[in-house]
Amino acid sequence: MAAPKTTAIHGLLAEFDKPEALVEMARQARAEGFTKIEAYSPMPIHDLDEALGLKNKLPLFVLFGGLAGMAVGMGLEYWTSVIEYPTNIGGRPHFSWPAFIVPMFETTILFAALTAVFGMLIMNGLPQPYHPLFHVKRFAEATRSRFFFLIEAEDPRFDLAGTREFLARRKPLSIEEVPN
Amino acid sequence: MIEEQPIPSRATPQRADSAPSDVGTALPELAGKSGAAFWQSLEEVSGTERFQDFLRREYPDQAEKMLDEPERRTVLKLMGASLGLAGLAACTKQPEERILPYAKNPESTVPGLPLYFATAMPWARGSIGLLVENHQGRPTKIEGNDQHPSSLGATDSIAQASVLELYDPDRSTTILQRGRLQTYDDFLTELRTALNVQDAKKGAGLALLVPTIVSPTFARQMREVRELYPRARIVQWEAIHRDEARAGAIAAFGKDVMPACDFDKAKVVLALDSDFMGGGPEGVRPTRDFTKHRKVRKGQTAMNRLYVVENAPTVTGMMADHRLPLRSRDVENFTRALAKRLGIDVKTSASTSPQHDAWIAAVAKDLQSNTGASVVTTGDWQPAVVHHLVAAINEKLGNVGKTVRYLPPVDCLPQDKSQVETLRELAAEMNAGRVEVLIVLGTNPLFDAPADLEFAQAIAKVPLKIHNGLFLDETGIQCDWHVPGAHFLESWGDARAADGTVSIVQPLILPLYGGKSAIEIANAMLNKGGESAYEAVRATWQKDRPDAFETNWRRWLHEGLVPNTAAGAVSGTAKAVSGAATEAATGIEVVFRPDPTIWDGRFANNGWLQENPKPATKITWDNTVQIAPALAKRSGLETGDVVDVSVGGRTVRGPVWVSPGHADNSVTLHVGYGRTRAGHVGNDAGFDAYALRTCDATWNTVGVQLAKVGETIAIASTQEHVDYDIVREEVKKRQILRVRTVDRFAADPHSLDVEDRHHEEGETDWYKKAVQREIDNGSRPVGDYQWGMVIDLNACTACGACVTACQAENNIAVVGKDQVLRGREMHWIRIDRYFEGPEDAPRLHSQPIPCMHCENAPCESVCPVGATQHSPEGLNEMVYNRCVGTRYCSNNCPYKVRRFNFLLYSDYVTETLKLQRNPDVTVRSRGVMEKCTYCVQRINLARIASKRDQRRIREDEIVTACQQVCPAEAITFGDIADAKTAVSGLRAQPHEYGLIEELNTKPRTTYLAKIRNPNPELETA
Amino acid sequence: MKDHPKTEAREALIGPGHTIASITDKISEIVLAPLAKTPLGWHAVMGIASVGVIALVTTIVHLVTTGIGIWGNNIPVGWAFDIINFVWWIGIGHAGTLISAVLLLLRQQWRTSINRFAETMTIFAVACAGMYPLLHTGRPWLAYWLLPYPNTMGMWPQFRSPLIWDVFAVSTYATVSILFWYTGLIPDIATLRDQTRSKIARFLYGTLAMGWRGAASHWNRYETATVLLAGLSTPLVLSVHSVVSFDFAAGIVPGWHTTVFPPYFVAGAIFAGFAMVLTLALPIRAFYGLKDFITEKHLDNMGKVLLATGLIVTYGYAMEAFTCWYSGSAYEGYALQNRLSGPYGLFYWALILTNCTVPNILWWAPARRNIWILFAVSMSVNIGMWLERFVIIVVSLHRDFLPSSWGMYSPTMWDWGMFLGTIGFFVAAFFLFLRLMPIIAMFEIRLLVPKSGVTGKELPHDHDGGAHSSGAQGAGAPAMHDHASRS
Repeated sequence: MAAPKTTAIHGLLAEFDKPEALVEMARQARAEGFTKIEAYSPMPIHDLDEALGLKNKLPLFVLFGGLAGMAVGMGLEYWTSVIEYPTNIGGRPHFSWPAFIVPMFETTILFAALTAVFGMLIMNGLPQPYHPLFHVKRFAEATRSRFFFLIEAEDPRFDLAGTREFLARRKPLSIEEVPN
Repeated sequence: MIEEQPIPSRATPQRADSAPSDVGTALPELAGKSGAAFWQSLEEVSGTERFQDFLRREYPDQAEKMLDEPERRTVLKLMGASLGLAGLAACTKQPEERILPYAKNPESTVPGLPLYFATAMPWARGSIGLLVENHQGRPTKIEGNDQHPSSLGATDSIAQASVLELYDPDRSTTILQRGRLQTYDDFLTELRTALNVQDAKKGAGLALLVPTIVSPTFARQMREVRELYPRARIVQWEAIHRDEARAGAIAAFGKDVMPACDFDKAKVVLALDSDFMGGGPEGVRPTRDFTKHRKVRKGQTAMNRLYVVENAPTVTGMMADHRLPLRSRDVENFTRALAKRLGIDVKTSASTSPQHDAWIAAVAKDLQSNTGASVVTTGDWQPAVVHHLVAAINEKLGNVGKTVRYLPPVDCLPQDKSQVETLRELAAEMNAGRVEVLIVLGTNPLFDAPADLEFAQAIAKVPLKIHNGLFLDETGIQCDWHVPGAHFLESWGDARAADGTVSIVQPLILPLYGGKSAIEIANAMLNKGGESAYEAVRATWQKDRPDAFETNWRRWLHEGLVPNTAAGAVSGTAKAVSGAATEAATGIEVVFRPDPTIWDGRFANNGWLQENPKPATKITWDNTVQIAPALAKRSGLETGDVVDVSVGGRTVRGPVWVSPGHADNSVTLHVGYGRTRAGHVGNDAGFDAYALRTCDATWNTVGVQLAKVGETIAIASTQEHVDYDIVREEVKKRQILRVRTVDRFAADPHSLDVEDRHHEEGETDWYKKAVQREIDNGSRPVGDYQWGMVIDLNACTACGACVTACQAENNIAVVGKDQVLRGREMHWIRIDRYFEGPEDAPRLHSQPIPCMHCENAPCESVCPVGATQHSPEGLNEMVYNRCVGTRYCSNNCPYKVRRFNFLLYSDYVTETLKLQRNPDVTVRSRGVMEKCTYCVQRINLARIASKRDQRRIREDEIVTACQQVCPAEAITFGDIADAKTAVSGLRAQPHEYGLIEELNTKPRTTYLAKIRNPNPELETA
Repeated sequence: MKDHPKTEAREALIGPGHTIASITDKISEIVLAPLAKTPLGWHAVMGIASVGVIALVTTIVHLVTTGIGIWGNNIPVGWAFDIINFVWWIGIGHAGTLISAVLLLLRQQWRTSINRFAETMTIFAVACAGMYPLLHTGRPWLAYWLLPYPNTMGMWPQFRSPLIWDVFAVSTYATVSILFWYTGLIPDIATLRDQTRSKIARFLYGTLAMGWRGAASHWNRYETATVLLAGLSTPLVLSVHSVVSFDFAAGIVPGWHTTVFPPYFVAGAIFAGFAMVLTLALPIRAFYGLKDFITEKHLDNMGKVLLATGLIVTYGYAMEAFTCWYSGSAYEGYALQNRLSGPYGLFYWALILTNCTVPNILWWAPARRNIWILFAVSMSVNIGMWLERFVIIVVSLHRDFLPSSWGMYSPTMWDWGMFLGTIGFFVAAFFLFLRLMPIIAMFEIRLLVPKSGVTGKELPHDHDGGAHSSGAQGAGAPAMHDHASRS
């Protein structure tokens, strides 16, 4: 979406009242070769993932996040209590690793969790206060009960009339132009 | 009642009452005024009586109480007012060393290093020689003078606390004539006029009331007074008098003598209702002597044996190998029976129980087999005849001249009548209106005179009453003139010890409030107003020892005693005891005793003493109606029940304390409490037992009624009242106290070990290896010294001197009864007391508990911020600045030696108290944990010295405060890494053990087990 | 994939006749209703709760200005109400994470309608818990010294101390819970943004929704993140209460030094947590007529969890007592004796009654569906779990190694002020949330709607999700996604 605007409108938005209609629409559009397409639904719909061919790398990042947390945790403990300022605490060894496991564990979880949430937000480009779709009144239903399908104007195969006619074939409740 | 408990306002000054307690209500004239108007109106009212009253106090009354809700604004107002008034009155002289900079550094003072001066604390039955630590002119800590025969370097807790008395903000600060401010000259003029009248009639209308005179100089002055005013009365009065002993001595020898017992020479000691190891300073030397033969070491098979017959447990009784609880009244017959058995011809009464007979038989046998090596002693509260009997017994046993010597009494001005008698006469004279001028010097008869003298009424009939004392006390407030007294630490004088040895009392500081000592008042009476106390004392001794006076004088001051002043023994054989046995009256007796901590009440305003737990009961801040468990059961009483104790139409009301080991049918009342004008600390604490005391029964009377009132009072004991049997069993199971008989110990020294001693396998291999590796690679430094402490449970008498010494040395706060009740006392060392055996006649054990400085300290590993850590020398150190106060360390301390500042306990406000503080020790603020440091400041002082001279610290260089004060020398401290030190030697003893050592805490403070020396014949019985 | 028997799954988790639109409206109207329409009952509860909040603030001010001496704590009882309530609150918090994470991983669909509820409870419970460790210190203004940060003192935390473990565990737990909770809220906030008529509300919700549009690609990553968080929260929630139990287990106090603590503290936490969920859910369910979403089946399941954890806890007590006796240690032995028959013996027996005896009524199926019985049981457990901590902390501390230092403990008005204060704060915060945010996860509920526009197909969700959804896809029909099929 960051691409420079070349057209007057953002794209065409088709509205459906049934999830499978949306899924079918998505399949067709992809088969037709559209690339800049997106489906909107009030709840997650599993089949859209494969219909639109979605993948994500989040799990990998989280793994690294966790490992980093582990390293930071134990590193901190080792450095502070063995290197930086070793003291005689109740005759215990400076490097009392069994005791150090607990904080290390917690930092591992913390870092992983932070990566998961903020990774998700960043990859989703959120927060995003402005989006052309918000101009469309009916789109409010996207978070309530309706299912929308969008073909962006930036799509190379996009032409207003043709695409509208293509969308209409799936008998949506409505088709709207999304202003920029 | 609890709410009403006054609290040392200096301990918690900011905790004022939320009641409208401000200048406004104290002085309505000022209400609503402020700024200039405020000052004006102060001028206006400054003459009024109420203002004077207000002025005399540090804070208004309302500021006394400790409540949970401090009204901060009120407090600020109060302080503002107090300061303002202080400034207005401009009367409290600031000690000069605070305000004069050193233009030239006084000779021999090194800023930061203390100086020590020898002086002595006057005491009715024998003064004690002291060395006083002086920081830049401020006396801060009392130590014993090791040159002095009655101290030998140790002191008791009263002497320790005297330094707090010096700085007590409640001391009277102004000369008052019927409540009006006056100058000393005004006083002298009035005194002179009054005396001029007396000159004519040879002092017929003149009377002096003074404490027992132990000062040769003051005695000299009194003789001079007698010359000037032959008909004047000089009455000596001590509430804790020795009239009976005196009478007994006269009966036996025809003259007054004081038996001096050499307990270090005695194999067997029988104490007949005698607390010879207690009783303030006079108990220090006997304790030292007696415990000399309690310190059993490996291979030793013999030790001395102590029998005690007493009604209420005392420190002496707690040390006994055999203790027989017996009504104080029955001691006479007991003694008669014993004397009889020893072959002395005396009348005995029929009534002694078979159990007693068995006892008497065994004791008699033991005494006879140790003739010349035994001591029989009795207390001042036993009737004359008992003293006479004891004299006879000692003579019979051939102890006289060996273990018992007779010395002339301490009094420098002996009287021909008993103190009670002379006081009774004085009262009569006053009632008859024949006393025109009464001069009261340092006594408080309106509080402690026998009740039947009605002294208050008597004194009211005296036209001119002059009072000189540290406090504007019960007597002072009734007198026409009050002249602030001078504390012995701020005035010149001299004082005799029990054996006659005289010490020069030299001041450590100028009088804080321009107080006058008795010697100065006497000078004034003798028309020598110009002569200072200093000159008076010198005059006495110049006359007494003219040759090389100046040189000697300096030596006396330096050594703290005048050589060859010890009295020689008086010879004399005891006359036979005539007269029939007094049939012991049946019924419940009441027994009056001096309080173990505040004595006769004169120290009631001393927070350290008030909060020092009484040896046997662990009670603080209160006196109680002590009774035996049996009596309690019979009369349905429990600890805390308030009862009316009435006898002969007089009644006092106090809380019951059920005391295991107390004699049945006997009630013990400690006098000294129930003060009304002691000050913020002592007012309204406990009840006044003097109210029951009459001239003919100053120690003991029968026919007492106990009537349950229905209310209860919470008594602040530092050892929670828990079911007797549970504690007894648990203590046994846990091997907290290890006790063996000397025979068993000799036979099998290791019988005291518990199997899992020093539990090394508690540490896993990696753990040990890791620590060793760190030691090897230098990341875990190990100090040149390893500090440790060994406490000999067999020597400790539980006297509590160490508690006060520690408090003085380490700036430990006083928290007050309410906080003690909540279990928040701050003492760094405490003395635990346990019972063994049946509740009626238990054995008592005591165990001092300082920090154990565990090598594997459980407290350290749980501190989240590392505020408590281990030093390379094995000290468990508390870093106050780092402490955030989670109290986890205290929870995890198995010995519960850690103390927490739950509130702001330390006094940051009262100026005089700041003077007392030890500058080498941090004053702890609110919210931090604190505990025993092994007196680390003393360790470091020695370390600095040793580093300067590039040598190792010498063994005798470091002495902890508790060790230094201990009369029994029960505490040994030193370097355990060095096998040659005394402490290492003790740690090698077979009966050395660590407390709860199976936890693998590896305590550095360890104990020598208690070794008893029972008489086989009684052990079975 | 046979997570639970079909019979159970067959029972609808949502009332009949609902469409995804009706659900959305029903749930969002609670929030979007104009202020004037706020039910009186809500105001009443808020009123009472705010009294508690005032008490809390007063206590804290007095505490910080005067010192913790205003409490009843002493030597030997250095910890009392402060730590009791800390552990109690933390325990309550755990149910939220458990429901949203563990049940998610276990594919328990019945969780969906109560998880928001429980997570919210977690957040505020942890907030209450957090106050205590901070304020129980003697010098709270220095409590930040427990955090590892470079400072001129060159000092660092002492990592051997269980209190430091607490700092790490609790702060991590709080952070992750908040993230999890907020992430879950985003789609619903978006709904509110689109449903509200008020401009301000739209702006505020719009800001919080961060521009969520329900795009398929977003949902995709969102799902992944949620499942990962669930996976992380599960070990976390287990660790947190284990660490809390270390505060005691790592100490040497008789009655604390026990290896059984971590597992039974965790069970206890779940126990306490579910009790609190019921305590809150039952009235609110009745009050807002949410019976269609929190059905009897939910109650039944929660009842079972309560029963199960209750039994584990009982086992914990039994083992504790057994080891005390079996150890043969004088200290442990007396610690037990003191619990049973000491001055605080009554507390122990009350604890056995409330935690071990009462919940057994839930063996009886009808009891699990009777809201009155359930409520009674949940209250009993709330009290019981508080007593458990009292017994462990105060009763162990007040008589430890040396009989000479044995003491007693009694709370002051300020102890109560703090405790009731936190309860007030908790209720107030919860009701505020109730008014401002959807109390039931709408987007998840939508997945449960029978035939939510999907014709002729049996919904995958209402058996064990994943299995069927994949089957359904085979049939070429669209599958409603439920998180489980991802994990």
